[in-house]
Amino acid sequence: MIGIVDYGMGNLLSVYHALEMVGADVKMCRQPEALSDVERIVLPGVGAFRDCMTNLRQRGFAAALEESVLHQGKPIFGICLGMQIMARRSFEGGEHGGLGWFNADVVRLQPNKSSLRVPHVGWNEVTYCQDSPFFAGLPPAPDFYFVHSYYMTCDDESDIDATCDYGGTVTAAVRKNQLFATQFHPEKSQDYGLQVLENFLKWHP
Amino acid sequence: MLKRRLIPKLQMRASRFGSSTRMVLVTTVQFDEVMEIGDPVSQAKIYEAQAADELIFLDLDASVENRGTVVDIVRQAAEQIFMPFTVGGGVRSVAHFRKLLSNGADKVSVNTAAIENPDLINEASAVFGAQCVVLSVDYRQGANGPYHVWIKGGRIKTDLDPVAWAIDGERRGAGEILLTSIDRDGTRQGLDLELTRRVADSVSIPVITSGGCGLASHFVDGFLVGKADAVSAGTYFCFKDENPMQTRSQIKNAGIPIRLHT
Repeated sequence: MIGIVDYGMGNLLSVYHALEMVGADVKMCRQPEALSDVERIVLPGVGAFRDCMTNLRQRGFAAALEESVLHQGKPIFGICLGMQIMARRSFEGGEHGGLGWFNADVVRLQPNKSSLRVPHVGWNEVTYCQDSPFFAGLPPAPDFYFVHSYYMTCDDESDIDATCDYGGTVTAAVRKNQLFATQFHPEKSQDYGLQVLENFLKWHP
Repeated sequence: MLKRRLIPKLQMRASRFGSSTRMVLVTTVQFDEVMEIGDPVSQAKIYEAQAADELIFLDLDASVENRGTVVDIVRQAAEQIFMPFTVGGGVRSVAHFRKLLSNGADKVSVNTAAIENPDLINEASAVFGAQCVVLSVDYRQGANGPYHVWIKGGRIKTDLDPVAWAIDGERRGAGEILLTSIDRDGTRQGLDLELTRRVADSVSIPVITSGGCGLASHFVDGFLVGKADAVSAGTYFCFKDENPMQTRSQIKNAGIPIRLHT
């Protein structure tokens, strides 16, 4: 059973249907207690960092996620803002603390070419670590769908699982122990995205 | 490298079948001459199979009575296709945004309501993020004269200049601009490259241009001459034996970075 963390923000239906499509038994977790009987967790996210963190804390998810993921070792997949929230802090609209699971900051995209626009919207080529279990079965440099204005910069290069180029190198995926997260939207990236989600179901960190 | 985008546009209108109403797919010429051609969700699935980059669903009637029908389409699309899509037509409030986004839309476009109440852009952007807010700008050019923004489905002329309005929209928090030339809509005579380029040069958010595609070369021109980030087309994909895959290859051949999905 996979639990999607529903903390009242954003479009969770697409993630739900995409996971069902690749054969997962999916459950929406609207209360933190619901995380106790799932084996894997997906943390989606749309919206602003601060609101997301406030919601996670107020609804008790921040503590429940810490227990399930950090202590019980359940694999988690963060998507977009769900990835950024795993950083120690973000500079979106001021400075705000995150879950702190990665030694990383979330900063605004500043492409070094004026023709490149922010937000970064659309399909971009991803370069991934050859040994990454998440990109198994995909061709080299697959395209994934991105929509974001901020991105994660990691202190530890070994946490970076994939990157893309957008007027500079942008972190596209991070992986550490039982944590995995993508800046792109697998649920919106057609068959390549579904493959990444399927790989998560098979992942045994 | 970020790819340019090819975006089929699915225009919809409510049609009565016996006692019930459902959304049908239509094409238009200059926002008129509406022709029913199919079902929006099944057509969306075809476009997904042909690896379109995104989709735009527009409710042309945009009436309050249709609101629920549009939400049904959004839900069905979210269940069946795994690609980004925008929904627009008659969106008047932050509550409408929420309804569409929570039912599976990735972005919502606003047009008339944003002109009547520009703060809607600011509010929606603050609540959902700029990436969810698409400012749709329908415009006409008088005979070699200045351009004007038109609202209410192309029925009412405003005093606004499309370039100035796009700049204001960006400043208020729109995440993308969707341009549609009413004069060229459904004519297959080519995009308005001049206006597209002026807007693309004036804002730093992505610009989607539409209205007039009839040949693959029109898409190429939209990217190279118009400097658009994305080109959207309705009639082009509906009435010709063309699909996003073939068109994409021709765009690729012109040296433009575009997703080739094999």
